[in-house]
Amino acid sequence: MTWLGRAFFAALALFLALPIVVIAGVALNARKTLTFPPQGLSAEWYLSVFVDPDWRAALMHSVVIAALAAAISVSIAVPLAWFLWRRIAPWARIVQVIGVAPFILPPVITALGALTFWATAGAYGQSWTVVISHGIFFVSLPLVTVSLGFATIDREILEAGTTMGANDRILFRTVILPMIRPYIVSGFAFAFVLSLNEYIVAYMTVGFTLETIPIKIFNALRYGYTPTMAAVSVLFVGVAVMVFGLVARFGDLPKLLGAWSKGEGQ
Amino acid sequence: MRRSRPEKWSDYLPIAYPAAMLTAFFVVPFGIMVAVSFFERVQGGFYQPAFTLSNYARFLSVFFGEVLVFSLALAGAVSAICLIVGVPFTYRLTRLARRYQVAWLIVLLGVLSLSEVIIGFAWSTLLSRTAGLSNLFVAIGLMESPQAWSPGLGAVLTGLVYQAFPYTVLVLYPSFSRLNPALMEAARTLGASPLRGFLTVVLPAVRRTLVATFIIVFIFALGAYLLPQILGRPRHWTLSVLVTDQAIYQSNMPFAAAMAVFLVLASLLLVALAQLADRKEPAL
Repeated sequence: MTWLGRAFFAALALFLALPIVVIAGVALNARKTLTFPPQGLSAEWYLSVFVDPDWRAALMHSVVIAALAAAISVSIAVPLAWFLWRRIAPWARIVQVIGVAPFILPPVITALGALTFWATAGAYGQSWTVVISHGIFFVSLPLVTVSLGFATIDREILEAGTTMGANDRILFRTVILPMIRPYIVSGFAFAFVLSLNEYIVAYMTVGFTLETIPIKIFNALRYGYTPTMAAVSVLFVGVAVMVFGLVARFGDLPKLLGAWSKGEGQ
Repeated sequence: MRRSRPEKWSDYLPIAYPAAMLTAFFVVPFGIMVAVSFFERVQGGFYQPAFTLSNYARFLSVFFGEVLVFSLALAGAVSAICLIVGVPFTYRLTRLARRYQVAWLIVLLGVLSLSEVIIGFAWSTLLSRTAGLSNLFVAIGLMESPQAWSPGLGAVLTGLVYQAFPYTVLVLYPSFSRLNPALMEAARTLGASPLRGFLTVVLPAVRRTLVATFIIVFIFALGAYLLPQILGRPRHWTLSVLVTDQAIYQSNMPFAAAMAVFLVLASLLLVALAQLADRKEPAL
């Protein structure tokens, strides 16, 4: 790469990293101020994410909601992707489009729909409502990765299984599931990280009864800054990078994101 | 296993649960929202069933017109900036060695998954007077005294570009990584400079993708619901912010729902345009 190209990449890396660096520094302040560079160094605010009961509770809420919501997303996406791959049924495309729609449309639409729905159903503010709404909101992520997984399966292998007397159920358990498992795991990981960070749907469903980390940061932003909000933001960046790093380590990230591997296509 | 038509009722089982869930928790909520957009607001409470077009009639006000024009202009500016920077970036990215590509993709996904709350908070800190960049500029003698750059239009634009840039790159990534390298080689062999080859051979080859990406990023930017609120002043609020504001703080659900319906229609129209633009590129 030319020096111009290097400078261009370096500038973008700086642009992407700068806000994170500053909040990472701000969270090191010894006193309860948000100044940069930090005055005095202290790890107190990083620890407070786990020690302070309010922040710890919010963290727990976020993690539990994200894990359950990602499980719901996967449970919807896998049978849907399987049906789309196995059957000739043009009308099923409608279900696929509905699965992807919440992710393409502006998020306030899903959020407002969830708010009016849960209010009408009389469950507004119940903590499980956000789990279901997040589960629906993020179906598109495992749907995309798992569909990609099915596309990699050679139909001949299953043909061989059928001739040897296996039915769909046995084939799914013994051949298909092992082959698409990495794609299911990545789909779960994407949905998990996005749910962890999601604000507007969570706010419009349980915003007044339960605090997730993004809701708590937003409230702190409105009603009183504390370095803990910077510390927890850095923690969330770390979690996202770690999860995507693991996906890349055990899977094929460029392929998951739509690149063809060598020899395919072209 | 060849694809076959479903015949027995049990063949439909796999799709029954996904269809039921998506219908119950996305289609029905959506329908209720559309219904609420025709309801009447009740002072101090929620709303009551009615059939009124008055929520939609409010679109005809000057205020709404201004918000709409500002939202569209802002989304357009964000999308344009992201493409101008993102297109050469993505092209180069797909030419890097695989492990550098993976490292960049991890970083981009990491930034993309960040909550709008965190992005807004980080940039408002970075652009503030007490902890911001201007302190750095003062330290190296570029400025006299630290300044606050947030809230302001520049801050809103920066935050939105920060959020939309990784999205732009990831939308462009598949087409660029599938682009035949022989295209550029041929251009170079025939004597074109790298820049000329990029502008006159590569870009025309992916022009449909570029148009489609512009629209997709435009919708993404239109969806930002917090950044204009955290980094801007009320006059920088967009349609998405206004929907949240009406629903939560003004508790005017019918008007919020009407605006959301409008936002859906606008987005669907744009998606249709993007689909039209992204019909298959001529084979290369």
